[in-house]
Amino acid sequence: MSYGPLLFLGILFTLASSWVGLVLMPQRQLGALGQHTDTNTAAIYPQARGGEAQQGAEHYRALGCVYCHTQQVRPEGYGADIARGWGRRRTVSRDYIHDKPVMLGTMRTGPDLTNIGERQSDYSWHYKHLYNPQITSAGSVMPPYPFLFETRPIGPTGPSTNALALEGAFAPAAGHEVVPTLRARQLVEYLRSLKSSGDLPEAPLKKEEAQ
Amino acid sequence: MSSTTASKTLQAILPGDFSNEDFRRAKLAEIDASCRTPVLFFFVSGLLWLLAGTLFALVASIKLHTPGFLAGWESLTFGIVRTVHLNTVVYGFCSQAAVGVAIWLMCRLCRVPLVAPGIVTVANLFYNVGVTIGIGGILAGDSTGIEWLEMPRYATPILFVSYALIAVWTIITFRLRAERHLYVSQWYLLAAVLWFPWLYGTAQVMLIIEPVRGVVQAAVNWWFAHNVLGLWFTPIGLAAIYYFIPKVIGRPIHSYYLSVLGFWSLALFYNWNGMHHLVGGPMPAWMITISIVASVMMLIPVLTVAINHHSTMIGHFGKLRHSPTLRFIVFGAVSYTLASLQGVLSALRSFSEVAHFTHHTVAHAHLGMYAFFAMVMFGSMYYILPRITGREWPSNALISIHFWGVAIGIVLYVVVLSGAGFQQGRMMNDPTVKFLDVVKFTIPYLQIRTASGLLMAVGHVAFFVNFGWLLVRMFAPYRKPVVSILAGAEIASPSGK
Repeated sequence: MSYGPLLFLGILFTLASSWVGLVLMPQRQLGALGQHTDTNTAAIYPQARGGEAQQGAEHYRALGCVYCHTQQVRPEGYGADIARGWGRRRTVSRDYIHDKPVMLGTMRTGPDLTNIGERQSDYSWHYKHLYNPQITSAGSVMPPYPFLFETRPIGPTGPSTNALALEGAFAPAAGHEVVPTLRARQLVEYLRSLKSSGDLPEAPLKKEEAQ
Repeated sequence: MSSTTASKTLQAILPGDFSNEDFRRAKLAEIDASCRTPVLFFFVSGLLWLLAGTLFALVASIKLHTPGFLAGWESLTFGIVRTVHLNTVVYGFCSQAAVGVAIWLMCRLCRVPLVAPGIVTVANLFYNVGVTIGIGGILAGDSTGIEWLEMPRYATPILFVSYALIAVWTIITFRLRAERHLYVSQWYLLAAVLWFPWLYGTAQVMLIIEPVRGVVQAAVNWWFAHNVLGLWFTPIGLAAIYYFIPKVIGRPIHSYYLSVLGFWSLALFYNWNGMHHLVGGPMPAWMITISIVASVMMLIPVLTVAINHHSTMIGHFGKLRHSPTLRFIVFGAVSYTLASLQGVLSALRSFSEVAHFTHHTVAHAHLGMYAFFAMVMFGSMYYILPRITGREWPSNALISIHFWGVAIGIVLYVVVLSGAGFQQGRMMNDPTVKFLDVVKFTIPYLQIRTASGLLMAVGHVAFFVNFGWLLVRMFAPYRKPVVSILAGAEIASPSGK
């Protein structure tokens, strides 16, 4: 095989084939996928995220949350995603049309977060969990994020309304309080916005749940 | 500049009784010398990135079982430090070692001294500037969040220029070749340098510059990320194995036809594998199925290459004891087979149901990138460096520390994490097991992983010291011992003490 042109053509053709098959074809099939409007309720799904939550997605990306948390629910009977309560139905392509970048993830060092907004909507739980996961989930290997919070002396008017209720070993020094920074607030808005449970024709919710 | 003129000059200088063998050796020495500076640039900068990457790896590994470690430093949070580790070792070390080895192999196999060294030097400079900016960007929180493509958009065009320059240089060298016969290594090298800029450019445009919508991003992402290994590192690693095994043991490759079959089946099937990273994911089933089929078809190139290499080695395994090159290369070749077989298994839906999303996949990635590719690069460097510098490796002990440190380290890593990852997956698939219990189950194995990382770090430091020592010798005046005819005693040459 000493014929250069044949080698060149083979090299170009092989990669071109998978580019057509795995990049161009998916783009043709899914690239223009839009929102779905329910004919009965006129509900539109999925909705774009609000500004705060969208800012929070940027922190999720920058801090590399995706390396330990997936955002995809596998179908019933394949793994235990639904049995674990990570979603009421599998996720489908339409769930992700607003995501830039799409952060499906490939590793579950921590639990799936596709529907964390449904499972856990309590602000103070999220703040404590981000400040130090040991407060809410003892034994977790998730890193604490103290840099998303400000520890400051309590002002003359008393503790701030948004100060974290910390106890025991996690409490700050006497006369100090821990408050979430803007980034922490945005990140929690993002986490609370994570819900992929619209009733779609390609991924219907079970009857009793859909109502 | 061209090789024919060079050969003529050589014959003119050394006329008369001049055997073909002497001529061949002189020619090789000339080619090796021409590669010295550019190849050294790639190897030295690659090795520095390896040391940085090793440090980041250790920090990331410790953080995963001791989350309070260095927790106050935002730039060193796990999600960032792990990403910096991947990018330093993949783009900083592996890619630069690959380019260094590819340049040298291309010159040797085309039988031409290195042409246009300017292109190679500029490529190296751009590359290191690009990686430095990219790593800095990730540390500053500018990661794109797309696996294997985390470097921000202000760094990647610089890298693209560099890959394109390497492709251009390779084509020039190929066109100027003095040896018309193409050896199998050249097919792989040519394919890799043409495939990669295309892959990289496409992924950048479709994911970062003008992102496609929704899960199509995931399709492009895994088409790219799987092909980084499949169409960039694997061909260059195989090119090196195909060159060094026959070279070191002094016998031709077992079968030419198996080589042809192995190359074309790899070219046909490997690039269709990517979607098996999305098994169970929110994609149409046809995409995932097509990649599972292609992944199973990978048995053809993998077994073909394994049989070909093994049949070449048969009867020569004793040489492993004396040649560090052969030891690293054969270790890498065996790992390639194992990693590929594990890859085929992992692509199957039934296996993926358990192993996907666990440390099993992490172990698999290290079996491919490290036990196969990095080991082959180490082996190649052990062969190439003495030839381009004209100096022997200063310390055999350091070579042994390097080999045994990284070999024991990576075997421990892969075995422990593959097993623990599989069990982790079984526990996750049992909804009666609490998630935190799954997390707690993995911790002892993650601690063993840190220990294995330390072993590999020791190996890397040994290699670094030996390499540095070799460079010092290269720059020091050559002191050939002179035997005195008067005393019969050995004295140093005048340039020494």
